[in-house]
Amino acid sequence: MKVRLVDIAHARSGDKGDTANVGVIALRRDWYPILARELTERRVAQHFNGVITGAVKRYELPNLGALNFLLHGALDGGGTLSLKTDAQGKVFSTALLRMVLDVPDAEARSLGLPAA
Amino acid sequence: MKQVVRVAAGQGFWGDWLEAPRRQVEGGPVDYLMLDYLAEVTMSILQKQKERDPRMGYARDFIGAIESVLPAIVDRGVRVIANAGGVNPVSCAQAVRDLAAARGAAGKVNIGVVTGDDLLPRLDDLISRGHVLANMDTGEPLTTVRDRVLSANAYIGSTPIVEALSRGAQVVVTGRSTDTALTMAPLRFEFGWAPDDWNKLAAGIVAGHIIECGAQCSGGNCLIDWRDVPDLANVGYPIVNAHPDGTFEISKHPGTGGRISVPTVTEQLVYEMGDPHAYITPDVVADFTTIQLEAVGPDRVRVFGIGGGAPTDKLKVSIAYRAGFKAVGTLVYAWPDALEKAQAADRVLRERLDRLGLRFDKIMTEFVGVSATHGPLAGQPNAELPEAQLRFGVRGESKAAVERFTRELAPLVLNGPPSVTGFAGGRPKVEEIVAYWPALIDKTEVQTAVEVIA
Repeated sequence: MKVRLVDIAHARSGDKGDTANVGVIALRRDWYPILARELTERRVAQHFNGVITGAVKRYELPNLGALNFLLHGALDGGGTLSLKTDAQGKVFSTALLRMVLDVPDAEARSLGLPAA
Repeated sequence: MKQVVRVAAGQGFWGDWLEAPRRQVEGGPVDYLMLDYLAEVTMSILQKQKERDPRMGYARDFIGAIESVLPAIVDRGVRVIANAGGVNPVSCAQAVRDLAAARGAAGKVNIGVVTGDDLLPRLDDLISRGHVLANMDTGEPLTTVRDRVLSANAYIGSTPIVEALSRGAQVVVTGRSTDTALTMAPLRFEFGWAPDDWNKLAAGIVAGHIIECGAQCSGGNCLIDWRDVPDLANVGYPIVNAHPDGTFEISKHPGTGGRISVPTVTEQLVYEMGDPHAYITPDVVADFTTIQLEAVGPDRVRVFGIGGGAPTDKLKVSIAYRAGFKAVGTLVYAWPDALEKAQAADRVLRERLDRLGLRFDKIMTEFVGVSATHGPLAGQPNAELPEAQLRFGVRGESKAAVERFTRELAPLVLNGPPSVTGFAGGRPKVEEIVAYWPALIDKTEVQTAVEVIA
């Protein structure tokens, strides 16, 4: 079943130099394992292909039901150098939430995941 | 010992809501008011101001904030801690003293001043003694840009603020203190936490991180259920209610808007996060993977379980340097074919800049309303798009080239693609870029000092 990330998680993003960080938080604690399994560094890097120039690094915060992603080379140099509207990476949060996940039907039903 | 100490956040950055400090001291009982003014590039702006006038170089807003909370300081003993001093904490403290005198409180307000973070006068000495001050992102040595450096400040921790409080300061003014130290210091002071009680110090850091951006943990910029966050016009800024054991609750004053819940606090916890296992500060390395949150009442979240470890032997240094010039301008194109027209204008503009022989390090085109924020992830735009904004920016070493660019936008209104408007703001402004150079320095090289004036 297709599941839109925006329907099962919320997020906030910020900057550190030329790196944007996106914290993705499960809307329900029992949905966190889905995020942890599906939102791999590789998949997130594919999602941001053409948007960022560097690598993606992931950290897990099971205590908060959250994942933290560092998106390197995301901000045209960052801070005052950047010519981007979003020079401080404030809305990379919702850009990540555009992802659509593929979850096995039975699992999606048992967890009550909303279908896309 | 007090069993609860209340630290209220009143500013999340320089430019935050002017009403917030007064609302925090008048809306209910608080012990400390914490005001964070400094972002990465703020120090360089202040350094430029100080070059023009040696009495400037601090966050002027702070004086207005102090004026708005002076009765609380004088009559109720609320203490204020702020990194408003920028590159001139001494002048900032004197301005607070002068304000108190002008409002009939001469000699009634003890002001603590923390100095020692400013490394600019010592920069060449440090470099000559082998401190490379390599850029933490690129590894380049500071000598690469030494002649363009505007400011250099070490991020200092909570210890000098604790000293100022213990010497009776009611208002503490610092330069480049870490944001979190402003909240941690009163907790160390009140509870007498040992300087190696890592778990409690880490709790102080987490408390500081949660409230350092003001309302961003109490319903502001909150994505989850954003439509249902009540009464943002009257938003309540956060308060840390801390206990001696290192646990605390986040709350806000009764009758204010916004929301404090596990999700709103979690959004702030992940904001600007790096490696959550190691949130490095001068005082302690906090482990954000230990944080536990629990809703314990309406707009009240308990935070507990926090662990931490010994800090490193380095301090981070915030260096600002001149890095060329930039300008950004916009034009708006209307239906029909709004995006196509904006794209055509972009091609015309690029060709003209090219024919003029102007060279830039970077030319960037964005189409606001189409893809400026999410790029290709935004997908194909609606063909019936009512309008699209062309946003065109250049960056380079040559001020003349950037200036010449700013003359090329307006002509497009008459000599470019049709249905164009939105140029009433005039030519784009040429800005000098002051860039950020993060580096590390040995702790032993930075000695802070505390003075208390009345």
